Amino acid sequence: MQNTTYHKASSAADAAAKLSGAEDGALLAGGQTLIPTMKQRLAAPSDLVDISGVEEMRGITVSGSTVTIGAMTTHAEVASNAELRSICPGIADLAGHIGDPAVRHRGTLGGSVANNDPAADYPAAMLALGATIKTDKREIAADDFFQGMFSTALDEGEMIVSVSFEAPAKGAYAKFPNPASRYAMCGVFVAQGAGGVRVAVTGAGDDGVFRSADMEDALSGSFSAEALDNVSVSADGMLSDIHGDAAYRANLVKVMAKRAVAAAG
Amino acid sequence: MSEGIGAAVKRKEDKRFITGSGRYTDDIKLENQAYAAFVRSPHAHANVKSIDKSAAEAMDGVLAVLDGKQLTGDGIGNIICGWAITSKDGSPMNMGAWSALATDKVRYVGDAVVAVIAETQAQAAEAAEAVMVEYEELAVAANIEAAVADGAPQIHDNAPGNVIYDWDIGELADTDSALAGAAHVTEMDITNNRLSPNAMEPRAAITKYDAAEDHYTLYTTSQNPHVARLVLSAFYQVAPEHKLRVIAPDVGGGFGSKIYIYPEEIVCLWAAMKTKRSIKWTADRTEAFLTDAHGRDHVTNAKMGFDADGNIVGFKVATKANFGAYMSLFSSAVPTYLYATLLSGTYNIPNIYCEVLAVYSNTVPVDAYRGAGRPEASYLVERMMETAAREMGKDPAELRRQNFIKEFPHQTPVIMNYDSGDFEGNLNQAMEAADWNGFEARKAESAARGKLRGIGMACYIEACGIAPSAAVGSLGAGVGLWESAEVRVNPVGTIEILTGSHSHGQGHETTFAQVVADRFGVPLDSVQIVHGDTDKVQFGMGTYGSRSGPVGMSAIVKALDKVEAKVKKIGAHLLEEPEENIVIEEGTVKATGTNKALGWHEIGLAAYTAHNLPPDMEPGLKEGAFYDPLNFTFPMGCFICEVEVDPDTGKTEILKFVASDDFGVIINPMIVEGQVHGGIAQGVGQALLEEVVYDENGQQLSASYMDYTMPRADDVPSYDVLHHNTKCTTNPLGIKGCGEAGAIGSPPAVINAITNAIGNNDLSMPATPSKVWAALGAAKIAAE
Repeated sequence: MQNTTYHKASSAADAAAKLSGAEDGALLAGGQTLIPTMKQRLAAPSDLVDISGVEEMRGITVSGSTVTIGAMTTHAEVASNAELRSICPGIADLAGHIGDPAVRHRGTLGGSVANNDPAADYPAAMLALGATIKTDKREIAADDFFQGMFSTALDEGEMIVSVSFEAPAKGAYAKFPNPASRYAMCGVFVAQGAGGVRVAVTGAGDDGVFRSADMEDALSGSFSAEALDNVSVSADGMLSDIHGDAAYRANLVKVMAKRAVAAAG
Repeated sequence: MSEGIGAAVKRKEDKRFITGSGRYTDDIKLENQAYAAFVRSPHAHANVKSIDKSAAEAMDGVLAVLDGKQLTGDGIGNIICGWAITSKDGSPMNMGAWSALATDKVRYVGDAVVAVIAETQAQAAEAAEAVMVEYEELAVAANIEAAVADGAPQIHDNAPGNVIYDWDIGELADTDSALAGAAHVTEMDITNNRLSPNAMEPRAAITKYDAAEDHYTLYTTSQNPHVARLVLSAFYQVAPEHKLRVIAPDVGGGFGSKIYIYPEEIVCLWAAMKTKRSIKWTADRTEAFLTDAHGRDHVTNAKMGFDADGNIVGFKVATKANFGAYMSLFSSAVPTYLYATLLSGTYNIPNIYCEVLAVYSNTVPVDAYRGAGRPEASYLVERMMETAAREMGKDPAELRRQNFIKEFPHQTPVIMNYDSGDFEGNLNQAMEAADWNGFEARKAESAARGKLRGIGMACYIEACGIAPSAAVGSLGAGVGLWESAEVRVNPVGTIEILTGSHSHGQGHETTFAQVVADRFGVPLDSVQIVHGDTDKVQFGMGTYGSRSGPVGMSAIVKALDKVEAKVKKIGAHLLEEPEENIVIEEGTVKATGTNKALGWHEIGLAAYTAHNLPPDMEPGLKEGAFYDPLNFTFPMGCFICEVEVDPDTGKTEILKFVASDDFGVIINPMIVEGQVHGGIAQGVGQALLEEVVYDENGQQLSASYMDYTMPRADDVPSYDVLHHNTKCTTNPLGIKGCGEAGAIGSPPAVINAITNAIGNNDLSMPATPSKVWAALGAAKIAAE
């Protein structure tokens, strides 16, 4: 790791000010991606602005069916929040299976969403739940937010403050973990809500999280695992690597989608 | 005897390990310490055109920037392989030069080119990035097929076609005619996947040079500090043997990867002399993936012939072994005398022929890794047996039983002479514990849940306790493979055992002490094991090949025999009784038939005060011994694995794993069980999860835990570890060794279970979900 200057932000505004004042600064949320990257000397920000302790960016509120989760809320907090689990168990289960306990107690929802790792779990949830990503500057619909692997609608220096969504009537996430990293080799979040059925797939696509229109159509007719039997998932556009080729991932998309639907009940 | 042989006493060393009080190489801080960082080749094969060190040299804290020309200019020798193998045609093996810092050419990604010495680790790393090396990239051979292809890039000038040797063993004509006359021949192409050793503690070295004494000290992560000292002095000319102290303190796992002497230790010793500073280097995990010797990496074609009754008539094997870019210390012995000599397995096979083509490639050097050759042999033999049984419609257990060796000693056609065993006993024990006969009902229950259940077995045999020195010498070994021990009984009666074996997780501080406690009836706590320091311990050969029990403990026994003889003489003298009446029991020296007795401490005191010793007896109570084994030892066993495969995802879950081993006499059953657990976890890792993958350019695609799948707790089942032991007849305690068996026997058991579940024998390791899913698809297509 190379030398860096650490700053602890007291508020979102303070973080923005500190970041803009830095020569080549970076926001530090839970540090589960950034710190290992720095340790490998693949990233060397001049300044780290730690936003993990910013109160206004933390916590979970459930108001009617509207859920708001602060960007700095840890995976462990999402997994263990009883109110959230009762209204949207899918996202709580998702959070409870990210990484290991150490990761879950440091890693944050906002950090994961902003990084948009193509194998991360949260992007699938955001997309399937039709979440709104609130930043310190604006609100962005999930459909507009995720723009390909490691790419988002965030501008330079823009930071996520919270995400919000309407809890769906039914929703669940099924994940097939990569045997080595335990990131999603394929993760499918299905949600049936006021806006219809949404199916989002992470881990499998060669350009990050995506929605499956074919599966959404099939499930709109009948929200059941069997409804997906006749949907064919093409290997085109699927990721191929040492853990599995595109055909295998295409298979996993369907299998995980069916399991998610079954779990959603 | 509650603390002696056979007692499951807790490990003495664990208190310091589990309280963070262990002292590993990286924990050591020397005065005047600087740090080394290595500039490594990013290319798999390239000429080094130029090195510009000026920017690095000008950086803060940089003490020296050292390259290969300086190293060779100072007379530091090339790294060697210590076992000479002769090809079929009588020609010697083609060993290419390996300089600790590359001089004109790099041959794998990670090859060390320049060493930067700086005041801090960060400064060294920073400056290493500033060293400008100009490379001329060359064509790459990143695997066996590419290395042996027509027109393959030439990796070492003196190894035409990248062939190191083309060796064989056994009788070709007899084997061919046996196969020609066979009623059934099973033929398979089998790959043994390349593995990274992944010791928990990465390699490290810290060196000191005392200019006034012209004396060197090396602390390092070694399984054999004396061998390291010998090689560093005799072959690499880094320091004279009597002016070099090598200390291997607590070492956090080796699995073979810490047997060898690597470039970094050589460079750090040399740099300490150059800079007059103590030099520390600790690998990070990326360096471990890029430079620790890998294991396995065989491609084999095999044919096994049977007569109409199912008796094996012949076994013909052709193996290509990937050695990587350079020949590591014992690399040449692994696919030859540690592999082909085990191809008889547990079976009567009258005719065996094996040829092995050893080839260079632009990959990390390959050498012994837990099991070293025997896992490759066991995997091959046991997959062949299983597949043959399925092809012939025979029960796989019965086919094995029918062909088992039942009389001992048994001379195989491939050198080994098995001394003991009851193979059917282990088979029966394992089948009973696995409820083999109840499998069909369990399979039906799985099928009802949409799952595919399979069961598979492996009856492995391996060779430990390497080995009679004259025998290995005649086969090309550059060293003898005896072991040494010294027993020091102190004046107060406490005992120190100085052993040439080295403990890096095996629990020697406990088990070796148990042997002493068993012999004299003294408390375990009164025995201290000293190892791992060439200034303290007499020359010893170190720990690998499960040899510390059969060889290291035998040396201790031999020294104890001498101590016992002297104790009895002293006792007889002091008690005024005939020597033949003296016995040692429960820490007391007694004269039988009398009530005369001396406490153990009284003997020590008498020996060292020397006020009243028998005439002509030397004072003191200290004896040493060198033990040269009479034979290899042959642990064997039957492993049974039961799996359930999810046909939708191809994911395998191991439901049950039974291991019935024959380890001979067991010193500490708890430690042995731990060794079996760890060995099976590594074997399951090879079978299901682990593989080093290179792309065609020689870049490792699996050089971090994001892509290299280490077994985790939830990947392995709860094991049933059983024993059906027969005593080894060739060493004094009857020990066979247990350190590698789990890793040797488990891969074929796991794969045989999966292929049984999916109905397709064409499956290679690691059987990842994607591979199993594809194999299921292929089986479905074949069935349609």
